[in-house]
Amino acid sequence: MDLTILWFWIIAVMFVGYFVLDGFDFGVGMSLPFLGRDDTDRRVLINTIGPVWDLNETWVIVAGASLFAAFPEWYATMFSGFYLPLVLILVALIVRGVSFEYRHQRPESSWKKWFDGMIIVGSAVPALLWGVAFANIVRGVNLDVNHNYTGTFFDLLNPYALLGGVTTLLLFFVHGVVFISLKTEGDIRLRARKLATKAGILMIVVAATFLVWTIFAYGTVASALLAAVAAGALIASFLANLRGAERLAFGLMAGAIGLVVLSLFASLFPEVMPASNDPANSLTIANASSSAYTLGVMSWTALIGMPVILLYQGWTYWVFRKRIGRAHIEVSVH
Amino acid sequence: MNEWLDPLLLSRWQFGLTTVYHFLFVPLTIGMVLTVAIFQTAWVRTDKAKYLQLTHFFGKIFLINFAMGVVTGIVQEFQFGMNWSDYSRFVGDVFGAPLAFEGILAFFLEATFIGLWIFGWDKLPKKVHLATIWLTVMGSITSAYFILAANAFMQNPIAYTINAEKGRAELTSIGELLTNPIALAAFPHTIFACFMVSAGLIISVAAWHLARNQHFETMRPALKFGLWMMVLAGIGTTLAGDQLSLVMGEVQPMKMAAAEALYHTATGANASFSLFTLGTPDGVHELFSIRIPYLLSFLSTHTFDGTVQGINNLQAQYVSTYGPGDYTPTIWITYWAFRWMIALGLVHMLVAVVGLFLTRKGRMPKQNWVWKLAIWSFPASLLAMTVGWVFTEMGRQPWLVFGLLRTQDGVSPGVTGVEILISLIVFTVLYGILVVVEFKLILKAVQKGPDDAPVLDAESGEVKHTATVY
Repeated sequence: MDLTILWFWIIAVMFVGYFVLDGFDFGVGMSLPFLGRDDTDRRVLINTIGPVWDLNETWVIVAGASLFAAFPEWYATMFSGFYLPLVLILVALIVRGVSFEYRHQRPESSWKKWFDGMIIVGSAVPALLWGVAFANIVRGVNLDVNHNYTGTFFDLLNPYALLGGVTTLLLFFVHGVVFISLKTEGDIRLRARKLATKAGILMIVVAATFLVWTIFAYGTVASALLAAVAAGALIASFLANLRGAERLAFGLMAGAIGLVVLSLFASLFPEVMPASNDPANSLTIANASSSAYTLGVMSWTALIGMPVILLYQGWTYWVFRKRIGRAHIEVSVH
Repeated sequence: MNEWLDPLLLSRWQFGLTTVYHFLFVPLTIGMVLTVAIFQTAWVRTDKAKYLQLTHFFGKIFLINFAMGVVTGIVQEFQFGMNWSDYSRFVGDVFGAPLAFEGILAFFLEATFIGLWIFGWDKLPKKVHLATIWLTVMGSITSAYFILAANAFMQNPIAYTINAEKGRAELTSIGELLTNPIALAAFPHTIFACFMVSAGLIISVAAWHLARNQHFETMRPALKFGLWMMVLAGIGTTLAGDQLSLVMGEVQPMKMAAAEALYHTATGANASFSLFTLGTPDGVHELFSIRIPYLLSFLSTHTFDGTVQGINNLQAQYVSTYGPGDYTPTIWITYWAFRWMIALGLVHMLVAVVGLFLTRKGRMPKQNWVWKLAIWSFPASLLAMTVGWVFTEMGRQPWLVFGLLRTQDGVSPGVTGVEILISLIVFTVLYGILVVVEFKLILKAVQKGPDDAPVLDAESGEVKHTATVY
């Protein structure tokens, strides 16, 4: 098998892992103003992801490093081309991460409010901008012969990409709210279900528009099929949430996000960064990839490493499987 | 072009700023995870309450710091591509592999098990919970190895071939890449230095409380632990550093010459090590200097009659190999950074030995100045670590990858000076605010001191852990 094809899909799977996992972290962060009526509520929300947000976020670090190693040209073009959006994403991820850690260090409500705000912004910005970035990749950007991005920051804010950003924002928001309904107990759990229904309608409309646009403008047979199944999963998740089948709703939502990401990758393949100005300047899995030797070494590492990683990360989720309620927060000292 | 908007200059400042900043938190993470793991192991084995108190106390300080290490690390992973895209295109095939290994084999381990450790006190059996902190130790140390192996390629590129058609370096042997002699020496040097930094923190914290006659039960053992850790890690750092300078003298003679500001090739007694020099940085006029003969020869060759090449010779040699250009690092930086690193490290070990003597067999020094001095351990050891990195990275200049790629050729051609200036300002302001918040929080946690001894469950006689929550 051609290792460049294998690594294209490994990278895709790593981004699936990142968006499915950190996706609900973003959603939980964004839900604070909607579901957190008081400090205890907000602490319940934050503690649903307390033990896992860090390992979820690590997926993007590993995806980035793997991209660097497997497709250096893709990594170089994408990261330098999307410079300012990535600065914003980095800043957001920094303030979000430290806010989880710092928020509970002092009892004053002004202190907590400040970090609540940072968690909300720090979650919403990457949820929006990752969609903008990936939609731009699918749409194609202006590249010179050396594969350097020649457009500006504002070229990245085109209608299709912005719709992609709003799509990921809403997907992650609902994903997080469904996760909350699965991980909490009492009043907040019921409110989460209701919010997931309300936001779910908007999400389905926006996501469907984005997927249809993607298929007609940039789609392939495979990407269209994946997008159709993704849309089906979104609707099924919505119905499952209506019936209060929380586990099923969350599973379907995770599947839908994974399928949307795979659909975008499928519409790219075998290109990785299409050049919209001149197809000759496009980056493909062939001209962007590392040598066969490097890919071979990396394949063995991923082959041995990834199953072990999935095993211990799965175990972590099992250890923290219990629902969290106000009672857990109120008895604790910190 | 406006020189303030030079992408190269701004990118270098940004990389320097974010990397130095990131590396304030990393050594503390690596060292403190180990410390906490040792305290917790002592508690599991002896059931003595003081070890559990120490585990929680230093665990809390470590966690305030940990989040900063994680989030600033993402910047590191991204900015090779963002600011140094031509570098990434050139070395990705070689340099990317250890980074990917680090992610797959180390980062996940670290990030997953630290979560289990923080939130698992009341959910996991005692020994399983202990295993989670040791797996975090493994993750953090493995990650250090891979990143140093990647850095070693920049210092001493090996295990590659140049693909002229693609205009890049390609990996020929992963085994060779991961056993770069620079990496093999830099790894123990860095890891032991990380242990020195966390020993410095423990000494500072314990001294602060002991000087106030409080928390004697926990802080005295902590102080002794910190002092021993400082001495042992200091010996390790020194021995590994000696090995590193030997390899460096061989593969990066210019860096060695720059460390000493040695302009003319010298042999034997003339290859002296100056403790202190006042003079013009170009080395032409030396006003005052204290020198130890033979020492530089010993450092770079492990013999007393060795020859150490001077900057002028090497410059001429490089011009004939690589073409016209300036191949000399900024000498005053390398010269003083090298000295401060060594001086601070050695003074630390000395202070720790004296500390062990003063506190032998239950003694406690009464003099106030002893404690005042001890409190400076942490900032000073962190400074030693920082100047060590400044030396090794500035000493690599003007090369990004020694002999293969100049720093000026690695910068992203498509990113404008304005964009980099914006990000540099954003990161500077953000990092500046965060370091103040972080420092205040750590100070508060330190001053609060360890919690009271844990209450035992009446029925089982075991410690009852409460759940950790944010």
